[in-house]
Amino acid sequence: MLLQAEHVTHYFGGLCAVSDFNLNLEHGELVAIIGPNGAGKTTIFNLITGVYHATQGSIRLGDVELVGKTSNEITALGIARTFQNIRLFKELSVIDNVRIAQYGQMKYGTWEAMFHLGGYQTEENRSIENAMNLLEVFKLDSVADESSKNLPYGMQRRLEIARALATHPKVLLLDEPAAGMNPSEIGQLMDFIRWIRKEFDLTIILIEHQMRLVMGICERINVLDFGATIATGVPKEIQNNPRVLEAYLGEGAEV
Amino acid sequence: MATIPLEGTTWRTRWKARWDGLMAKRWMLPVLLVVGFALSFAIPQFNLVNQYVQLILIYIGINVILTTSLNLVNGYMGEFSVGHAGFMSVGAYISAILTTQLLPKALLPYLFPLEVLAGGLVAALVGLVVALPSFKTRGDYLAIVTLAFLMIVKSVFENIEAVGGPRGIPGIDKLTTLPWTFFWTILAIWVIRNFVYSRFGRGVLSIREDEIASDLMSVNTRQVKLQAFVISSFFAGVAGALFAHVLQFISPRVFDIIKSTDILIMVYLGGIGSIAGSIIGGTIYTVLLEILRPLGMWRMVLMPLLLVILMIYRPRGIMGLREFRWFVPLHDLIGTKLWRRKKEASDAPAS
Amino acid sequence: MSTAEVLLSVQDLDISYGNIKAVKGISFDVHEGEIVTLIGANGAGKSSTLRGISGMVPYHGKISYRGKDLHKTAADKIVAMGVAQVPEGRGIFGNLTVLENLKLATWQRKDKVEIARDFERVFTIFPRLKERLKQLGGTLSGGEQQMLAVSRALMSRGSLMLLDEPSMGLAPVLVREIFHVLREINQAGTTVLLVEQNANMALRVANRGYVLETGTIALSGTASELLGNPRIKEAYLGG
Ligand SMILES: Nc1ncnc2c1ncn2[C@@H]1O[C@H](COP(=O)(O)OP(=O)(O)OP(=O)(O)O)[C@@H](O)[C@H]1O
Ligand SMILES: Nc1ncnc2c1ncn2[C@@H]1O[C@H](COP(=O)(O)OP(=O)(O)OP(=O)(O)O)[C@@H](O)[C@H]1O
Ligand SMILES: [Mg+2]
Ligand SMILES: [Mg+2]
Repeated sequence: MLLQAEHVTHYFGGLCAVSDFNLNLEHGELVAIIGPNGAGKTTIFNLITGVYHATQGSIRLGDVELVGKTSNEITALGIARTFQNIRLFKELSVIDNVRIAQYGQMKYGTWEAMFHLGGYQTEENRSIENAMNLLEVFKLDSVADESSKNLPYGMQRRLEIARALATHPKVLLLDEPAAGMNPSEIGQLMDFIRWIRKEFDLTIILIEHQMRLVMGICERINVLDFGATIATGVPKEIQNNPRVLEAYLGEGAEV
Repeated sequence: MATIPLEGTTWRTRWKARWDGLMAKRWMLPVLLVVGFALSFAIPQFNLVNQYVQLILIYIGINVILTTSLNLVNGYMGEFSVGHAGFMSVGAYISAILTTQLLPKALLPYLFPLEVLAGGLVAALVGLVVALPSFKTRGDYLAIVTLAFLMIVKSVFENIEAVGGPRGIPGIDKLTTLPWTFFWTILAIWVIRNFVYSRFGRGVLSIREDEIASDLMSVNTRQVKLQAFVISSFFAGVAGALFAHVLQFISPRVFDIIKSTDILIMVYLGGIGSIAGSIIGGTIYTVLLEILRPLGMWRMVLMPLLLVILMIYRPRGIMGLREFRWFVPLHDLIGTKLWRRKKEASDAPAS
Repeated sequence: MSTAEVLLSVQDLDISYGNIKAVKGISFDVHEGEIVTLIGANGAGKSSTLRGISGMVPYHGKISYRGKDLHKTAADKIVAMGVAQVPEGRGIFGNLTVLENLKLATWQRKDKVEIARDFERVFTIFPRLKERLKQLGGTLSGGEQQMLAVSRALMSRGSLMLLDEPSMGLAPVLVREIFHVLREINQAGTTVLLVEQNANMALRVANRGYVLETGTIALSGTASELLGNPRIKEAYLGG
């Protein structure tokens, strides 16, 4: 078992955003979490990555308990994510966005940083090299020196994924990667997600409202409503589940 | 000489081309440093400029140290500290006590660098104590905590009779010389610039942009914030020590909120998140204050007015978020270009 | 439709950010009572066009609304003239509550009774908002924020609505609901200029459409023409 969530519950004041959520993720799987707006999907990502600490329950990566750890510790353990509302470092260049995410991999200390001694120069050179190689994979190497805020939306989404991968994750959490993409771009994104999964040996959890993407690439789907899991299963089962149809897809949905 | 196209260009683009040409010559920087250092000895030695100008040069150096170090916290990191005068006073008092009470007079000129270092270190330690609670949680407590700190240090010094209480410490030897000022200024700029262009510095920038995202991208935000704040306090202490030994008299009133405000103005005038901006801001403000001195009280009306005008036309200050290329390490400046060239070279034979 | 009065006219619109030319001389009209949609790939210049119309970015060219040139008109004046909008990135006030956000949208309306009725209407469309009147806008989920942005545009009762991807981040049920509402408000007399990635849905509610490619209009026509066009199918409808 790579990632395991057990009885995870979270309250915002009196509002129960996630209740008794369970998830077992094997190495290499691609699982989706879907559900109506405000069902608690993003909150689950926030709980896994330590932005919020679960009110109850446990989340483990391998044998390591994540609840109570800080975000940067969790990222260092191998979980990275993207954001529903893009959260790039806007004023900074594309390459710096990626290089910031290498922080946990770099080794030199404060004194070496203050006097540019020791491992500083070699590590910095390697950092640029690695960042550019990664950007090339995402076809972003030509805009490496632009401020990230000047990129068109689609490129910003790609940069978010590139930045997440720069932390060398085992598990990648994608929060609505297809938002703001048109159907043909979504098609490309599907191929792309399949490819990075293989290339970077990733286990992926995906939140998405674009059913074509979810049904097209995910092996298992977890449906949430009002914080509670209302269905789990393979895409075929979910598409025909009456509760899912009613709460989320709507009658006569074309998926 | 490289030819600059003159036809069809405005004076602006022409000057920009000249400027860019100058900035491209990176060997100029070490040359300027050596010349500057030599001058800092020569000027007092041969009285190349009068005493008054020499004094202003020293104040420029001190103010540049203060501005650069505060810029690390307020500009690069995007927090808001108003306590810089407080850290400065710690450095000033520690070194002044060493000079006037503890160290043998004969050795003073030789021990002066150690005094400055001691002032900086104690200020750094105090900085750590202030930073620990302020950075425990996310949020904007720093302004309030540093304001409280500023008032506390002031009343602490006011109430310790051994350091003169409200009257302060008079008769401090004038140990701050032009060469020493030059040395410490360059050291401050160099260390802070080095820090900014390191993984920690990028962490500092990312905290300004989005602290939660920064944490999620593996940056140890708490550690990075502490580092930046401690380095910043250290150099404030250094500046305080230099200041005490040129003013020759310090009292708690010298380091009040007005002093902090002066430093803030220099930072926002020169430009947030910029070493070059800090140097420009510190220099212009010091010089302006002197030029406008005859205006007396009106100065206090004119300076804020200037600042307001600047904020309207250049809200991030003169150099806001921009940098002289001289100050950017080579790999950061041309790393991406080198990578592209290397790639082209390796692609070419393959096809 | 073309017999109706021209409500919004855009001529030779040029928008650039520094060296980047985002919109290169496009012209189009929106007639009273129409739904017109702008579709196109990422970075084609759709949002920039809307930002130009609402006075948020400087531009060259001529944009007129009800015959009045908007070039010298400030953004808030344009809103006051009856141009409501859902901007890209939603533009809600994160530190205000849901209720405060909604009330702000009605600041220039005097008709108390109608306002109350409009509150009820958006609450019927988005019951979630009614449950969360006191929650801060910034803590809403992505989709809830989108609901709030759309509600605000509805509440301001403009006669022209500029919508930048109103369906973004909404669950499938709600996406259909949004398009349904669009048709409704349109029948009630509001003219709509709609930017959508979901070109399929957009073209089904729209009367006419323009296809933007790298800042120019590559194609235009009635919605059904565009829906039937094989090139559009290939590029924007996902084959
Ligand atoms: N900080 C917070 N304070 C109070 N309520 C919150 C907070 N964060 C989220 N919520 C509420 O918790 C619920 C779950 O939010 P979450 O962001 O997880 O939804 P989601 O499933 O991601 O929805 P969407 O599909 O719209 O993005 C929402 O109703 C939201 O309003
Ligand atoms: N603030 C900005 N600064 C610099 N360039 C920008 C800015 N906003 C947009 N651009 C550029 O202008 C071009 C058009 O952008 P615009 O946002 O209008 O596209 P769009 O059609 O709305 O795309 P999307 O579907 O991704 O929202 C893009 O190349 C983009 O990079
Ligand atoms: Mg969400
Ligand atoms: Mg857009």
